Amino acid sequence: MNPGAIVVAVLVAAALAVTLGVALGWAAAHIEPDADSLVERIDALLPQTQCGQCRYPGCRPYAAAIANGAAEIDRCPPGGEVTVRALAALLDRAPRPLDPEFGAPAPAQVAWIDEAKCIGCARCLPACPVDAIVGASRQIHTVITLQCTGCELCLPPCPVDCIELRPAPAVSQRYSQPRAA
Amino acid sequence: MIAHGDPATIPQATRTDMRFDTSPAPHVIAGYTVPRVMFQVLFALVPAGIAHVALFGPGLLLQLSVACVTALLAEAAALRWRDRDAAPALKDGSVLVTAFLLAFSIPPLLPWWLGALGTALAVLLGKHVFGGLGQNPFNPAMVGYAILLVSFPAEMTRWPVPMDVESTRTWSELARMSIAGFYGADLTARWDGYTGATALDSIRNGLDLRYTLPELLGRDDIAGTLGARGFAWINLAALAGGLYLMLRRIVRWHIPVAVLGGLLVPSFIAHGLDSGIALGPALQAFSGATMLAAFFIATDPVSAATSDRGRLWYGAGIGLIAWIIRTWGGYPDGFAFAVLLMNLAVPFIDRYTVPRIYGRQP
Amino acid sequence: MAARSTFHAGLALDAHKQQACGTPIVELPPPTQVVLALDQGTGYSAEPVVTVGEAVAVGTLVARTDHPSASAVHAPLAGIVVAIETREAAVQGGRSVCIVIDGDGSDRIDDSVRPVADPAALSPEELVQRLRDAGIAGLGGAGFPTATKLASARNLGAHTLVLNGAECEPWICCDDALMRSAADDIVLGALILRRAAGTVRCVIAIEDDKPAAIAAVTRAIERLRDDALTLAVVPAVYPQGAERQLITAVAGVEVPSGGLPADAGVVCQNVATAAAVARWATRGEPMLSRLVTVTGSGVAHPCNVRAPIGTPLAALIAASGGYRGKPLRLIAGGSMTGRALPSDEVGLTKAMNCVLVATRDDIGSRLGAVELPCIRCGDCADACPVGLLPQQLLRAALADAHDTLRQLGVRDCIDCGLCDYVCPSQIPLAHRFRDARRRLHEAEAMARKAADARERHDLRKRRLQAAATAEQQTFESVRDRARRPGDDSTGDTN
Ligand code: SF4
Ligand code: SF4
Ligand code: SF4
Ligand code: SF4
Ligand code: SF4
Repeated sequence: MNPGAIVVAVLVAAALAVTLGVALGWAAAHIEPDADSLVERIDALLPQTQCGQCRYPGCRPYAAAIANGAAEIDRCPPGGEVTVRALAALLDRAPRPLDPEFGAPAPAQVAWIDEAKCIGCARCLPACPVDAIVGASRQIHTVITLQCTGCELCLPPCPVDCIELRPAPAVSQRYSQPRAA
Repeated sequence: MIAHGDPATIPQATRTDMRFDTSPAPHVIAGYTVPRVMFQVLFALVPAGIAHVALFGPGLLLQLSVACVTALLAEAAALRWRDRDAAPALKDGSVLVTAFLLAFSIPPLLPWWLGALGTALAVLLGKHVFGGLGQNPFNPAMVGYAILLVSFPAEMTRWPVPMDVESTRTWSELARMSIAGFYGADLTARWDGYTGATALDSIRNGLDLRYTLPELLGRDDIAGTLGARGFAWINLAALAGGLYLMLRRIVRWHIPVAVLGGLLVPSFIAHGLDSGIALGPALQAFSGATMLAAFFIATDPVSAATSDRGRLWYGAGIGLIAWIIRTWGGYPDGFAFAVLLMNLAVPFIDRYTVPRIYGRQP
Repeated sequence: MAARSTFHAGLALDAHKQQACGTPIVELPPPTQVVLALDQGTGYSAEPVVTVGEAVAVGTLVARTDHPSASAVHAPLAGIVVAIETREAAVQGGRSVCIVIDGDGSDRIDDSVRPVADPAALSPEELVQRLRDAGIAGLGGAGFPTATKLASARNLGAHTLVLNGAECEPWICCDDALMRSAADDIVLGALILRRAAGTVRCVIAIEDDKPAAIAAVTRAIERLRDDALTLAVVPAVYPQGAERQLITAVAGVEVPSGGLPADAGVVCQNVATAAAVARWATRGEPMLSRLVTVTGSGVAHPCNVRAPIGTPLAALIAASGGYRGKPLRLIAGGSMTGRALPSDEVGLTKAMNCVLVATRDDIGSRLGAVELPCIRCGDCADACPVGLLPQQLLRAALADAHDTLRQLGVRDCIDCGLCDYVCPSQIPLAHRFRDARRRLHEAEAMARKAADARERHDLRKRRLQAAATAEQQTFESVRDRARRPGDDSTGDTN
């Protein structure tokens, strides 16, 4: 091949690269995904503990805040690094460590009510974001372990401090897909 | 059913309290390691190396030594820059395979600094910029070769006239010339008659000058009984080495067979259509880097397609592109570019040749 | 039926079977103590029905279950329950609740152990239930309850029962020994299982490297003269005995990915399970013992032992002449898929077909392995009997790319270990895939739990909103009424 041909080949390749690059850049800038579906997709990656540690009243509001750029992706301790990485991948950003200001990730936990101490005041009921506590006024209350997200929101209202958090059992069997043989 | 030994003497529920380490299954492996694979490949290159030295002088050995030293240094340096432990990587032998393949591809008369440059580029640009062993999309040796060929076309196409051509004098003279070339002496002054283009190159130039193929093949410095002068023997030796690798199941048949098929089937057809200008399959098979490429270069697992079916496509593509370049292209031998082009197509091939998983629809 | 290899890969491995198979079967006398894991190897546990201090006889039910993946456990010896506690066990996770029974030396038999008068008089459904009550579980290595498989075979209308006598994994030869010594039991069990599963035919599959077993089973079948019970000789290629691979070899169908063998019209049982069914039918014996290969360079006299379930492995090893040399691993199962155990005090489980005491001679290749990066050589894909691409799975596993893992079939992996075996970079592929499957499983469970929490949270929000709106309306209407004097005086007179 003579030098001229090489130059031509290199130029063609370069031109192609530039064109494609520009096209992709334009596409990235102009074809914006629909904002609502973005919130959905972010929300889908959040752990749904609904604990408010991100300083938003639940996971979905935090998802919306991420989507419109109001919040960073590093504010959800229950989700831990795994969630940050998933969010980073979804949003095509660099993963970052969790911001300790919002708390540290802890092992999964569930609430447990000491039924001997419970006075049945029912103040914990409205606090639970996922209705995981059952009981009625002047009745002993109890937590449906399966549904408790371990958000700790029921702790402060209890006047006798009879709710404690215990390590969660391994991802409960109800949520594992049975694999019969 | 009989008990062996007296049951009374069998101690029961002995509290030996033996503790054991645990480790995941499987607990045995074939123990066929990357270094062993790589050294088998080097071993399989020995016959071709002997033929090479016998026909073209000891230049290959010089090139091999400079390539190996450079390759090891470049690998060590790259690993250092990347902050990795160098010892296992140097011992795995893969970088030596790269060095060998490059040394076999470049002319034995090449000045040492070009050999070194090519090897360093092969290891650094061909391998480590992509993340080292197993990560490189391109065959590193061919990256180095292609850069050298594009940058130094004159040096890269000047070969000694092989020993099986009448006019060549003695092997010791070849040896002296190789050493001179290695140190970068100007060969045109003293050794002009001893150097020349390769057979494929001569044929291409001859055809450009409107000679016919039979006329060119009539010249005794181009073709022998089997293929190109000199190269025919190297190809035969490489074929032997390649068959050995196939026998040892280090190389599976798919890529070599597909490469040869991709090259030889079109040349057979073209030769049948116009034997005046189209090289026949025998000449194609036993000239240039054909066998080396089919068995040693294209089969580099890292940069090849994954599945058996994919490897057939991949190999056939290499053969076909090499045939196209040899027939119409600007370079006498096309394997380096054919391999690099097909490396580029590997992700695409892999995507469409995923094997069917048991119990799933195709 | 002729031998034919039906999966595209697989490998002929060093069998290491002569060690244990040359010697006669050893009948282990009742040990002084048994440790019965309530999880018999499937990952699901039965619940104890005895208490500490209770006396039990041979065959007494000690743990029952309703879970389709767990099996009932019976006392294999007469004595006293001395402990019910979590101990190390040869199960997933390494620990299980165990019932420990100290033998009293007597051979008192529980009243429930009575020969089945006439198995043929039982309806298939009754048969399945009785097998479930007898705690019959797959003896081939998975320990899955036989009754569950039979029931799904009935529900899905399976037509072929395959009895697995392939025994493809290196070192293990207890099925071979059983087929040679008790072929009649196997055939009898086969007929009962065939009836229970409701299949038309039954095929006993044996690898072609077991001529004595083939001869014995052939003779037993001939004595029976049943056209719907046949023998299939399959090539000795690992993993020929893997359920799906065997089904394809014998019945010529593939089990759909993610489906059950019964979806392809086949149900698979181990030959030893069939023999256990025969023991149940003729003696009324629930699953109390099994034949297990005790082998490896680390035991003095490798042999096959018939031992009560729950026998501490130390007793099994003692029966095989004790330790020899420098044992490095105690493996429950063969060298390819076996689980390395931390202690020889764990009890024999129904799923344990082999105790391999390995020295450096046996497992040196793995111990000395140095992991290198994948060189994409494709050897693993070439060996994979499922047609997976381990090198790509590996990448997805390291990146925890769940969608890619699913799509590449990480769940279709049968954990045969062949990819590991051949990998020149000595990457522990099968282990990585096991890990990836576990993480995938967890992530999916978490996702389902999160979806559930989201729904409950949304419902609660809507409810609160509705309540707030309602309250607002009440408040407004009250306020409105308050502002309209006269309304008040009129009052509600209803
Ligand atoms: S911290 Fe995480 S889990 Fe808690 S509410 Fe915010 S997003 Fe949900
Ligand atoms: S029970 Fe308590 S910890 Fe659990 S989800 Fe409800 S509020 Fe949160
Ligand atoms: S707040 Fe505490 S005391 Fe009141 S009902 Fe809940 S658990 Fe019982
Ligand atoms: S066998 Fe090992 S090195 Fe080869 S492709 Fe598979 S994982 Fe990679
Ligand atoms: S362990 Fe899984 S991926 Fe590896 S060869 Fe076996 S089936 Fe294939």
